[in-house]
Amino acid sequence: MDLLIFKAPILIVQASMDGILLGILFALIAYGMALQWGVMNIINIAQGDLVILGGYIAYFMYLYGIHPAWGVIVSPIIMYFVGIGIYKLVINKVVDRDLFISILATFGISILFMQLMNFAFGADVVLANSGYGTTMLFNNSVVLPNSKIFAAIISIIFAIGLVIYMKKSKLGRAIRATAQNARAAKILGVDTEKVYAATFGINAALCGVAGALISITFTIHPYMGLPYTIRSFMIVIVAGLGNLPGVAISGMGLGVFEEFADYILGTEFRIGSVFLLLVLILVYRRFKLSRKREYLK
Amino acid sequence: MKIKNLIITFVSAIALLISTSAISFAKVVGDKIILGAAVSLTGKYSSNGVHTQNGYNMAVDRINDMGGVKVGGKTYKFEIIYYDDESNPKRAAQLAERLISQDGVEFMLGPYSSGLTKAMAPVTEKYGVPMVEANGASRSLFTKGYKYLFAVLAPANLYLDVAIRTAVELNGGKGVNIAMAFEQDAFSQDVRLGIVDAAEDTGSKIVIDDKLPKELNDMAATLAKVKAVKPDVLVVSGHTKGALTAIRQIAEMKVDVPMLAMTHCDAAKLSKQHGKNAQYALCASQWHKTLTYKDDFFTDGMTYDADFTKMFDYAPPYQAAESSAALLVFKDAFERANSFDQKKVRDALAATDMQTFYGNIKFAPGGQNVSKPMVLFQVICDSSGKCENKVVAPLKWASAKLIHPVPKWSER
Repeated sequence: MDLLIFKAPILIVQASMDGILLGILFALIAYGMALQWGVMNIINIAQGDLVILGGYIAYFMYLYGIHPAWGVIVSPIIMYFVGIGIYKLVINKVVDRDLFISILATFGISILFMQLMNFAFGADVVLANSGYGTTMLFNNSVVLPNSKIFAAIISIIFAIGLVIYMKKSKLGRAIRATAQNARAAKILGVDTEKVYAATFGINAALCGVAGALISITFTIHPYMGLPYTIRSFMIVIVAGLGNLPGVAISGMGLGVFEEFADYILGTEFRIGSVFLLLVLILVYRRFKLSRKREYLK
Repeated sequence: MKIKNLIITFVSAIALLISTSAISFAKVVGDKIILGAAVSLTGKYSSNGVHTQNGYNMAVDRINDMGGVKVGGKTYKFEIIYYDDESNPKRAAQLAERLISQDGVEFMLGPYSSGLTKAMAPVTEKYGVPMVEANGASRSLFTKGYKYLFAVLAPANLYLDVAIRTAVELNGGKGVNIAMAFEQDAFSQDVRLGIVDAAEDTGSKIVIDDKLPKELNDMAATLAKVKAVKPDVLVVSGHTKGALTAIRQIAEMKVDVPMLAMTHCDAAKLSKQHGKNAQYALCASQWHKTLTYKDDFFTDGMTYDADFTKMFDYAPPYQAAESSAALLVFKDAFERANSFDQKKVRDALAATDMQTFYGNIKFAPGGQNVSKPMVLFQVICDSSGKCENKVVAPLKWASAKLIHPVPKWSER
């Protein structure tokens, strides 16, 4: 059974496409995490819960007869303000403290969000149907749901849009300046408080987009957030902070790696193999770092 | 000295308060039999936890209205003390401890889910408290030699057994190729073991055996394998999220498989989310309203369905029906034991042999109900897109003929 993928080589194409489409979506979530981690030095454990909340926004639009694809516009707008709200209430009190405090604070937010969503939306698994149909390739042997392709395209559009915004706009430049050196930016007249709030808002908005896409490609549930946090954390770790193209590549790479692990090692090792890869990468990084230090000596 | 006296007075006052409150909550007070239950009112099992509670409440009301429980020539009424276990096994075990040692409860009803029942059973066993549970089907509950645990439902390994046997029968008695995708949790893995047994028994071959993660929301890889291998039967079990994900992705990826059998699928829910894509799926169920079992309290399945819908404003899922049945079992056991002695009630429970609207109930030495088969229904939709569960197996209750093989996507 393990060798099925070699018996039917077309599965290699299927697995790669599935992995890439999945990876792009994850990369979008990771992108937000990398941004806010780089600028504010906060690891946001509630990242996945923001994604799920974004998903519920699209789901409710769907319930009221609006096509859930509009969620990719509406959800980020609402989530931006949710993000600003969270920043004003909690994050601004922990932003200058050490990483551990921010992890605890966002962990608390995560638990609170899960329970509130459970309370408000119920514990049923839900999804929104886009009705987009399927693309068949290679004589029907490779199938790609159009909703996944749609998700990947929207993710790329938002990612590119954000890169341009960061380069060209005043706020984008301020965010980048703050990420490089918050103190210097402050001295030069950047209102870092505002920059932080905007960064957290932008991250939440990205989560909103991703959530809307997830509601039309997968399923959402109040307690399903954590895997998204872990996945995006991993993508950021592999890519390294402040390396935005790296986030995209590591997102897709992990997606493909995961799919192949599923075929070769078995589904039960899918998540485990990704964690193993993470450990190997961290060990390798450490090893490289220690060699560098010796060289400098 | 004064402070010391004050502390002593304070402590003894509290002790007195605790002891009196314990007395007021003891097993039988006046004409009330107090049962204890921890159910999931919050957390990830809260929907099914509420079904469980509604099922219990409905049966309590019904039994009390119809004369209560007669023990030693006196009539008693049921009352339940509920706690919210937050869908958390540790909390469930603590609450069992609390119900028994603080509230003085001497008879318990089960929580929702195998995992939580597993956490509570050692506690009730330790105190010798009989527990009738209706929502823990995991096989491992019944192999531990528990003496005080009784389950009104069929064990998990029997859930999809009938699907495999039906497939083999339709294949002219020859073995079939089975693809399996099961979540890695106690319940689904038990269902898996049942399939493995059935496969061995019928000479069938397992061609895909995927274990899905607990946070499963993507089965694309498994389904791609299914497309490549073309099995005769695809079996999926992963709670509601597994059923919803499977239906969505099977439709999106146009996976053609002659038989799709699942657990935790309910036509109303599936078709609400997926419309006609859910059609032809086979679902294992503990109960269906059209089964012809009867009892004096709820008459039969159809009446139960109507009464429950009137009371709670939604149609009862099987989780509610089996919970109601648990109370009927308790009532029957109390009356036969004619006593509130825990050992006598336990022995009476062990000797249970009765019919309820939910099914026949007779416990094996392990505590599982062995006299009620699982039913299999198929989701059938009419041209307006309204979908319904139609019982297709066992044949005795079949209200529709099984549609097999499932039409190909290109022909739908």
